Amino acid sequence: MPRNRRAWATKELSVHKELHLIMGGEAGQGLDTVSGLLGKAVVRSGRHLLAAQHVMSRVRGGHNNFRLRIGARPVQGPPDSFHLLAAMSRESVDLHKDKLKEPGIILADAAWELPVLPGMVAIPFAELASRPVFRNVALLGVLGAMLGLEASLFEEQLEEQFRAKGDEIVSSNLRVLAAAMKWAAENAPSLPLPESAGASGMLSMDGNQAVVLGALAAGVRFCGYYPMSPATSIAEGLVQAAVEMGVVVEQAEDEIAAANMALGAAYAGARSIVPTSGGGFALMTEAVSLAGVSETPVVFVVVQRPGPATGLATRTEQADLDLVLHAGHGEFPRAILAPATLEDCFYLTHKAFDLAEKSQGPVFVLSDQYLASAVRSVAPFELDGLPSVAGPDLKDSDPENYRRYNWAKPVSPRRIPGHGQSLVLVDSHEHNEAGHIIEDGGTRVRMQDKRLAKMGVLLSEVLPPEFSGDEEPDLLLVGWGSTCEVLREVTARLRASGVKAACLCFTQVWPLIPETFMPHLEAARTVVTVEGNSTAQFAGLLRKTTGFHIHDTVLRYDGRTLTAGFVMERLQPILEAL
Amino acid sequence: MIDIKTYGEFKTSWCPGCGNHDVLVAVKEALADQGILPHQFVMVSGIGQAAKIVHYLKCNGFNGLHGRALSPAQAIKLAHPEMTVLVESGDGCTYGEGGNHFLAAIRRNVNITLIVHDNQIYGLTKGQSSPTTMTGHVTKNNPLGVVDQPFNPVAVAVAMRAGFVARTFSGFHEHAVQTIVQAMRHPGFALVDMHSPCISFNKVNTFAWYKARCKEVSHDPKDWATAMTVAQTFGEEIPIGVLFREERPSKDTMLPQCADGALYRKAVDMAAVKRCMLAYA
Repeated sequence: MPRNRRAWATKELSVHKELHLIMGGEAGQGLDTVSGLLGKAVVRSGRHLLAAQHVMSRVRGGHNNFRLRIGARPVQGPPDSFHLLAAMSRESVDLHKDKLKEPGIILADAAWELPVLPGMVAIPFAELASRPVFRNVALLGVLGAMLGLEASLFEEQLEEQFRAKGDEIVSSNLRVLAAAMKWAAENAPSLPLPESAGASGMLSMDGNQAVVLGALAAGVRFCGYYPMSPATSIAEGLVQAAVEMGVVVEQAEDEIAAANMALGAAYAGARSIVPTSGGGFALMTEAVSLAGVSETPVVFVVVQRPGPATGLATRTEQADLDLVLHAGHGEFPRAILAPATLEDCFYLTHKAFDLAEKSQGPVFVLSDQYLASAVRSVAPFELDGLPSVAGPDLKDSDPENYRRYNWAKPVSPRRIPGHGQSLVLVDSHEHNEAGHIIEDGGTRVRMQDKRLAKMGVLLSEVLPPEFSGDEEPDLLLVGWGSTCEVLREVTARLRASGVKAACLCFTQVWPLIPETFMPHLEAARTVVTVEGNSTAQFAGLLRKTTGFHIHDTVLRYDGRTLTAGFVMERLQPILEAL
Repeated sequence: MIDIKTYGEFKTSWCPGCGNHDVLVAVKEALADQGILPHQFVMVSGIGQAAKIVHYLKCNGFNGLHGRALSPAQAIKLAHPEMTVLVESGDGCTYGEGGNHFLAAIRRNVNITLIVHDNQIYGLTKGQSSPTTMTGHVTKNNPLGVVDQPFNPVAVAVAMRAGFVARTFSGFHEHAVQTIVQAMRHPGFALVDMHSPCISFNKVNTFAWYKARCKEVSHDPKDWATAMTVAQTFGEEIPIGVLFREERPSKDTMLPQCADGALYRKAVDMAAVKRCMLAYA
């Protein structure tokens, strides 16, 4: 694991100056553009950023919001309360004004003629933006001037974004931006950003974009997919790079075809990825089983959203752990990686390809909507230090005697059809070493034992959970995937207030090696799992694997992102009982 | 010309006299006729009696899941464009469970050849009706006779302007071989609907039944309107031969990613990955 990631993950939070903003309005008003442009300007100015989104499953109307957390030092989970609310709709004022810190600022449209609230700034949008379509850029200008960001940070981006639409559009946007910045400088209070960290060259991207980069760095060559939020942007990211990087991205007729295509491509030697969400993955499970019996390497990225069935299409949850753990009939080894950070999205996706090839089977990256769509600042990934990814056997030695399922070792040499004279036969039935159908019990047992023994390969590479905090805590918080960052923040807050606390964060949820974490569970007075589901799936998995009963749980399953404030509130009764 | 023994001789689990034996020999002869060696092609199949063909042929093989043969087959060709890719399975696997994939494969037009062993019955599961079973046929699961209308694969394929649509009969050996050869030479998706009797469970559509009805077509296969009419003829007369043919570039030749051959040979271009990453600055 590269150095900067570990340093980041174990760094204890200290209280430092941060700015928290919320922007709310209807879908179609261009708030995502404002969030994107403002976020990028903030990162380019050397500050750290987290921009999380809450959007409805519709193209126009409704109510969406974008929450920005800006810090001089790296920021973790999304904020609970805000210094500023930028409202693009009246509804947004009502929905979010109670979440303002004292004293808070509300940006509203002067045309609404709202009763004056403390901290309200009425923006004359009708004057600043000649047409409604420019209102988001007017808001951007107002915010930029209030935060003291240079106009050039926005001008460059507007030019990049609208260049394709022609000079007239670019200059209109620039005029609106300038007018709004001028108006704000004269009429709006200033809200200075935290001091610049001076961190130059930081990138800003979301979790799915980091997954795409991880896959490209691992040499992905084939992506089979069927569009489904919130996984679609992984396939779209690969489409963007497809020609330059030599990746075939196939939008299949359904998820069943997408997964079976990925297996076919992998058989032909192409490193394959299948991005999907729970509903799509449910259809793919027969192919997961096929990957198991045919010993075909393939990476599934399951970006969770709330279920059952169609659930909440644009919201977040961590409720597909049980599905991914048990997907596919029959018994075969698998590994499940659960990224907690943007860095994890990159490095663990890269690692997933290596594990898939080394174990010749399915490997899963279990992400979620929050992680997939939240934009963060991040130092460039260490491409030079990446370990190499395992590949097939390209020697073609003694082709006459090649047996795809040679059982001399658990992992048989995998050759590629058409590469030399070796014939490669894979089969969904139980088979002999040559890949031919068999029915005799002895061969069946031997072949099943060979497949199960590949678990040894996966066990030798398990990422242990990361522990931080007091060694013998009164309260140990246990989390997995995207909840980990929130747990680190909560642990820091608890310790600052005098509670002996610690957290244990899992970025690999299967297989588990109890020796790497049982001492921590046993040393704590109270152990609480914090999960984004309603049945504490990970607590159940820990109990099944170790016999250890987790004492309590904090669960969130309203489709909203877990935050430090939410966890702190739910912990109160547990803390009082300590 | 290659000796067909090159493709091996295996003990099969097919019934003696099953049409599948004839299809297997026809495929071997078609491969030999074109000089394609075992390591130069991949045979992909689904599930069913026909799908076992992968195990009775010396070849690269992918014996996958029921109804799914076309999905891995197309991806194999896209990932490894220099390989010859053949798909074989039955009417239930291809037109029932895999119906959606059949339609998508026609649209995608990847250069592969699909040979469907069409016996109008489910053989492996012992005698249920299939998508191509004729209305009125009394089967195990339809004691009063099939009520549903049969699926007409060739008419659907012609309607969608699949590049190569042919029908043949396993009992007409030379015709079957030559049809497969033409299908494989077609540079795009090619369908061969091969009537191949199930002697155990289909007592209606027997060798004698097909023999009496199968007649070579005489129209110009480029004539789509006539092909549409001919493709819909099935019953007292069954037109066999190339029903429709139309060339257009196949998908594997249209993707620039596939232009340099097999994808697995391409090394990771870390400089390009870095460019992609730094675009997020």
